[in-house]
Amino acid sequence: MVTFFMSDARNQARAVLEGPDIHRALTRIAHEILERTRGAESVVLIGIPTRGATLARRIAGRIAQFEGIEVPVGAIDVTMYRDDLRLRPARPLGRTELPPDGVDGRTVVLVDDVLYSGRTVRAALDALNDVGRPRAVQLATLVDRGHRELPIRADYVGKNLPTSKSEKVKVFLEETDGRDAVVLIKEDGR
Amino acid sequence: MKRHLISTGDLTRDDALLILDTAEELARVSERSIKKLPTLRGRTVVNLFYEDSTRTRISFEAAAKRLSADVINFSARGSSVSKGESLKDTALTLEAMGADAVVIRHGASGAPHRLATWVRGSVVNAGDGTHEHPTQALLDAFSIRRRLGRLEGLKVAIVGDVLHSRVARSNVLLLHTLGAEVTLVAPPTLLPVAVETWPCQISYDFDAVLPKADVVMMLRVQLERMNAAYFPSAREYSRRYGLDRDRFARLHDDAVVMHPGPMNRGMEISAEVADSARSTVVEQVANGVTVRMAVLYLLLGGSEPAIGGAE
Repeated sequence: MVTFFMSDARNQARAVLEGPDIHRALTRIAHEILERTRGAESVVLIGIPTRGATLARRIAGRIAQFEGIEVPVGAIDVTMYRDDLRLRPARPLGRTELPPDGVDGRTVVLVDDVLYSGRTVRAALDALNDVGRPRAVQLATLVDRGHRELPIRADYVGKNLPTSKSEKVKVFLEETDGRDAVVLIKEDGR
Repeated sequence: MKRHLISTGDLTRDDALLILDTAEELARVSERSIKKLPTLRGRTVVNLFYEDSTRTRISFEAAAKRLSADVINFSARGSSVSKGESLKDTALTLEAMGADAVVIRHGASGAPHRLATWVRGSVVNAGDGTHEHPTQALLDAFSIRRRLGRLEGLKVAIVGDVLHSRVARSNVLLLHTLGAEVTLVAPPTLLPVAVETWPCQISYDFDAVLPKADVVMMLRVQLERMNAAYFPSAREYSRRYGLDRDRFARLHDDAVVMHPGPMNRGMEISAEVADSARSTVVEQVANGVTVRMAVLYLLLGGSEPAIGGAE
């Protein structure tokens, strides 16, 4: 495994997943979704911007490759539904793009890059509630780093990553960041 | 700390683009069946209107309600203002009621600026005298960008009663910040003092400006503010500065026609032009709600405002 040293001497960054690992994890998640939803029947993949949306598109690509079915893909921005809005300055909104047929009566698989406190997913569930009534909602995440603050659990996990709260997990993806990697950043100053 | 929106001159290019981009995302909310977002739950927005206004007040009210804020409407007529209460005392009353934002429309230029020094919440200028109307300019810029895809390098003609128009000043400042080239077109009597210091060009000849314009923004002739003879007759004004069918035909094919409303049909704009497919008059109203949502969200949504002028 490669070790990156960032410019700030106090921060140590280590890649815990590299490109091929991410590739394999997404392939497995795609297979699991197919398995658990009987061939992705009436499944809609909804990513949480920005990287969740990218991952949703990749998973849809894998499903199309394996089974030849086009699963509708979308994105839902949860910023306006967050419970921590007042802790930071107002932030720019991400893009919400729902598939033309919507989510009513479908099995929605929410896709995010990192599952941590669970608060983003709670916000996503609220946001979803305002755009339709899915038959069921499932959750896929590339990394589950623990430390849940709400009763939320992922149905599909790329990698379980034990972390301490002082660490940060950052996901880089080709489409937005020019490379694929999941990096664990340790802040030594703490 | 930046927390008010008094003038578009206070907005940096990044601020302005953040508002327009936020509005772009929020426009999608207006298209769905549940148009409400929980973002400003528990926040109070006061609409303090000292002048008659239907569309701006309703627009702000709809924007605040779509973000789940509590809205208190306060109009000067039939209130303690008619008993002689000063702006400051009214402001302190609203403050005591816990207003997080005050949206103010006032006949005196500078009233929102004064108000901002008296209240803790955010002040949003909804039109003050002949000074500014920043959210109108923002929704105009938003409407232009939606229609033409960009603002940078566009030629915008703002035509008519610039002297009494707060919309013109706000638009000139904002469009200049966003890289458009603005030309004011008006009879000399309807241009304000020191207009040559504004970041725009000035012309008295509508017909010369017409063929080059990408956007023609017609201003309302504000007859209610006219206590002197600014032009010989309504008919002569209409002949020289009105947008009629003949002038409309001389616009290039992609040009759009705007009007902040309410329109004097037959005076500054003919009914035919106002109702044409290239007129954005109706979109401007819909976009008004969206842009005001963006402004309220960016001022009130976080721990501190993300835009606005330092005050």
